[in-house]
Amino acid sequence: MPGTVVTDDLELLNAGGGPPADRGGAGGGDWHRGPGPASERERRTYLTGISVALAAILMFFMALASSYIVRRGTGTDWQPFDVPRILWLNTAVLVASSITVEIARRKLAQAGVTEFRNWWAITTALGTLFVGGQFVAWRVLADQGLFLATNPSSSFFYLLTASHGVHLLMGIVALLYVALRAGQSTWRRRAIAAECTAIYWHFLDGLWIFLLFLLSFGK
Amino acid sequence: MGLKRGNSGSTATAAILALFIFVLTVATVYIFVKKIWWFPPAINDIGHEIDRQFMRTLYITGLVFVAAQFGLAWAMFRYRSRGQRATYSHGNNTMEILWTLATAVMFVGLGIYSQKVWAEVRIRPAPADAMRIEVIGLQFKWSFRLPGPDGKFGKYKFEAHPEQEFTRDPWVVEPDDPDGKDDIVLGPGSVIAVVVDRPVELLIRSKDVTHSFFVRELRLKQDAVPGMTVPLHFTATVPGEYQVVCAELCGQGHHLMGTFLKVLSQEDYDKWLKDMTAE
Amino acid sequence: MTTEAGAVHVHEAPHGFIRKYIFSLDHKVIGKQYIFLALFSAFVGMFLSLLMRLRLAWPGMHIPFFPDGILPEQYLALMTMHGTIMVFMVLTTAPQSGFGNFFLPIQIGAADMAFPVLNMLSFWTTFLSLTVLLAAFFVTGGAPLGGWTVYTPLSAIGATAGPGQGTGMTLWVVAIAIFSGASLMGAINFIATTLDLRTRGLSLMRLPLTAWSWFITAVISLLAFGVLLAAGILLLLDRTAGTSFFIPGNLVLTEKVIPHKGGSPILWQHLFWFFGHPEVYIAILPGMGVTSHVISTFSRKPIFGYRAMVFALAGIAFLGFVVWGHHMFVSGMSPYVAIAFSILTMSIGVPSAIKTFNWIGTLWNADIKFTTPMLFALGFVSLFVTGGLSGLFLAQPSIDLYLTDTYFVVAHFHLIMGVAAIFGIFTATYFWFPKMFGRMLHDGMGKVHFWFSFIGVYAIFMPMHFLGLAGHPRRYVGTEGAAYLGGLEPIHVFVSVAAVVTITAQLIFLFNFFWSMWKGKKADINPWHATTLEWSVPAPVPHDNFGGHEPRIYRGPYEFSVPGMTEDYLPQYVPAEKEVKG
Ligand code: HEA
Ligand code: HEA
Ligand code: CUA
Ligand SMILES: [Cu+2]
Repeated sequence: MPGTVVTDDLELLNAGGGPPADRGGAGGGDWHRGPGPASERERRTYLTGISVALAAILMFFMALASSYIVRRGTGTDWQPFDVPRILWLNTAVLVASSITVEIARRKLAQAGVTEFRNWWAITTALGTLFVGGQFVAWRVLADQGLFLATNPSSSFFYLLTASHGVHLLMGIVALLYVALRAGQSTWRRRAIAAECTAIYWHFLDGLWIFLLFLLSFGK
Repeated sequence: MGLKRGNSGSTATAAILALFIFVLTVATVYIFVKKIWWFPPAINDIGHEIDRQFMRTLYITGLVFVAAQFGLAWAMFRYRSRGQRATYSHGNNTMEILWTLATAVMFVGLGIYSQKVWAEVRIRPAPADAMRIEVIGLQFKWSFRLPGPDGKFGKYKFEAHPEQEFTRDPWVVEPDDPDGKDDIVLGPGSVIAVVVDRPVELLIRSKDVTHSFFVRELRLKQDAVPGMTVPLHFTATVPGEYQVVCAELCGQGHHLMGTFLKVLSQEDYDKWLKDMTAE
Repeated sequence: MTTEAGAVHVHEAPHGFIRKYIFSLDHKVIGKQYIFLALFSAFVGMFLSLLMRLRLAWPGMHIPFFPDGILPEQYLALMTMHGTIMVFMVLTTAPQSGFGNFFLPIQIGAADMAFPVLNMLSFWTTFLSLTVLLAAFFVTGGAPLGGWTVYTPLSAIGATAGPGQGTGMTLWVVAIAIFSGASLMGAINFIATTLDLRTRGLSLMRLPLTAWSWFITAVISLLAFGVLLAAGILLLLDRTAGTSFFIPGNLVLTEKVIPHKGGSPILWQHLFWFFGHPEVYIAILPGMGVTSHVISTFSRKPIFGYRAMVFALAGIAFLGFVVWGHHMFVSGMSPYVAIAFSILTMSIGVPSAIKTFNWIGTLWNADIKFTTPMLFALGFVSLFVTGGLSGLFLAQPSIDLYLTDTYFVVAHFHLIMGVAAIFGIFTATYFWFPKMFGRMLHDGMGKVHFWFSFIGVYAIFMPMHFLGLAGHPRRYVGTEGAAYLGGLEPIHVFVSVAAVVTITAQLIFLFNFFWSMWKGKKADINPWHATTLEWSVPAPVPHDNFGGHEPRIYRGPYEFSVPGMTEDYLPQYVPAEKEVKG
């Protein structure tokens, strides 16, 4: 886990790894540190990469969420509306997909490639279903005469769901990519890719729940 | 090129660079001390207080400026390569702590101290008897509104009918609002006047994009932000005519968006007001 | 062996011109691409500033391509593009993505960045962004004129708000949104590389300060650019989709009522400056890193207070996220909030002071070699102090009331950013050119360039303080708007003359750069007798940097003049047994 890397380094730092102390040997960042060979380091690097990327995505959504709160507080033109009920169904689908992607990843770790592929496919299907459900929600709103520019509340609704949707589509692309290459047992990074995709997927799941609460209770 | 022992050019280079930094520092200090280019004298009490805070800051930063630049110049000249060997040292924790504390006390202390003046300007509300003037920025002129004898501003049309959509300029005083009957509107391009020694509260707003109301002699500046009304108060103590400029980029005419603030005695003011309303 | 994307430390050298030089995955090629992009942008930006200076000092002057002279809207467009190009395309690219890309992996003993494909993508996305930005010059309605801060609602309304607010502004917003994406990709790569690809023995507290500064800068970028992207999307929707995030109701422009309602112009300022203030530290931190590195090297002395330097970098980065409101003291923001922002801003002077003291402390009892990179590093310190101290005036809202949006601010940010950070780039260029191109930059030309630049920029930007004190607002195309401005014209003339000379002198640098690339003296492997890993590899640096073997680190980065040794430098990569005892 990337967390460990930082902790290790903090320990070193506390132990006084500063320039004057000339302590040869393995310091932080050893090529072969930790269990296992270079592939372990590779896994760590990818996990750092994905965690860091999630931090950036989180900042993006936090900026939108704070704008939402500020904008709600400033103008007098804010008209709340009830979010389409289908969103709750969509949420259930997304939560389910989070569970299936986790099962798939565990199966892969136990070398059950076929089972992995099945669960992975289910996840992809559920993800697609979620996106479809979001589209339906948009249709519902449009039928009520609520469009992007109708009211700031609807502007934020479309903006937040669309931004989340775009990230989710990227997740689906990642799922498909892993699925297509999963059969190649020579693909060294199969397990890493599955793990990173799963992390990303869980993140989008959590993010969606946050957004849903914001949109339905923060209106 | 590259690094050779006892670099020969060192002395000349060190001397010239140190000398330049020295001269630059002295010249800067000289211009600041002689006040060759300076702000015009302030015409309000708060202005004088701001000037005093400016001078306090100038003394402290001036000291740091001279100390840091001279220290740099001196070190580079004194320790230029003359075949010596540098002292092997990784620093000194005591000194590190000392100067951290020193700067922290100095900078943060100055920062906290200066909030007093700020509170005077922006947090303390205007006195109840202040003359109120609405200032409106629009591309690329200032316009003003006086509340008239009743001391109250009438609502604009769009304020009186918040639900209505307008196709024509809604910045017209609502005819049905009794507060607005005696409002005096000084249209785009007007000059504004205030009475000397009398507290004034400006209510600053904008009709189109963001502008900024700036009078040097008052030491005050306030953005005119569409959708907001920002109050700003002062008491001018020196009669005269002062330039108002726009200090926030508002388009291609930004640099031409000026007018004048007249500080008049009560009689002159009454006369001025009469002229304005006569038109 | 694999050539795939990802955290691989050995991959085959690619064949063919396109894969080698255009869509290269090699961090060294990408680093150079960024540097060339920045060099090009810097000259474009400088040329725009030249036009601005000509207009300010000699309004009637005949200038090619401007038959009627430079019109006010053209001046403002030049200014906007100048600021944008300089801040984004020069100062966010060269110091971090340029030199950082080239040298971070080498300094930490890695074969490449953690994610080479992402690295390539981030360069080409940046390139796309620059193209879109420059396209804004050629559209109807002209280049955008919102200043680089594009305050709403001027920038949000569209063509009715005046010249430059149509397609030009849209392209500006799109370019900046693309740029944000590119910077985020870069930041991810830098962080993962620094955390996970360090070689044996290289603990965090043995990292060169350059590597530290790139790492911390990447963290700032990561947290800041996402916010800019979000702000850009909101602005774009306001402009094109009829939403009202930033546009309040009942605005009247050119006699027309704008069909928007209820938006908040201040919201844009908060979002922009939440990004904008960290952005200025993104610009300066790598410069601080390279200055520390070079000052230690040419003082032949370990850096004074290494740990304090690292903590100061981290402190600046952290405080940088909580001071954005100091750009908004007169924006109508709550005066109570202003107090908090003001005191936090004053405290950012403390880590900056620590850095300054440590630089001077490093020079103390040193053996200073006045090479060209060292001259620029010393210039950096001087400029940083001068530019930073004026920040302490602006940080106090009561004083900022007068000084904000005057030339005093222009003086502040040019000295500390416009030239201190640019001096960081010059320092890096003169220092690392031999490793990047295998040849030395011509020393004589380098020194002449230094003297012109150092004296020149002080001559350009010092007098601007006095324009500001006299109350000259910024973003003014001329002085005809107010009588008192007329009296300040001599200062404008002086500044413009200094600018013409200084800008012309940059041609010496340009010439030197390309001449030395082909004709410069061949560089030794370690011409500066420096101690960090990049000086252990030959120049040009081989494809996977260390020829497949893993370097090993034995000590901290700045072991100069170690007692008991003949040589006055002890590289990080030399094992203890081989140390030459004197
Ligand atoms: C590289 C870029 C950079 C850097 C590093 C800084 C650094 C600082 N800036 Fe600056 N700033 C800008 C770029 C930068 N700024 C830009 C671009 C703008 C304008 C944007 C626009 O509107 O277009 C701006 C505007 C700006 C404003 C808003 C002005 C206004 O519009 O009204 C303020 C206000 O607080 C401010 C403050 C500061 C402060 C306190 C620092 C501090 O970090 C400075 C700290 C440094 C020192 C204090 C000097 C060194 C210290 C010593 C030598 C101490 C020695 C001490 C002792 C002996 C005791 N800056
Ligand atoms: C990096 C930032 C940077 C740099 C270098 C400069 C350089 C210069 N700037 Fe500018 N400037 C800004 C950032 C910068 N500026 C910003 C942000 C604004 C605000 C815009 C706004 O209001 O919105 C501004 C605004 C601005 C104004 C104010 C306009 C106004 O308010 O009306 C003026 C006026 O004279 C001006 C002048 C100049 C001049 C003469 C130079 C010079 O050209 C000085 C000489 C230049 C150098 C010495 C640098 C040369 C650098 C290289 C050659 C780099 C080499 C690169 C590599 C090796 C990769 N600039
Ligand atoms: Cu109005 Cu600038
Ligand atoms: Cu700032």
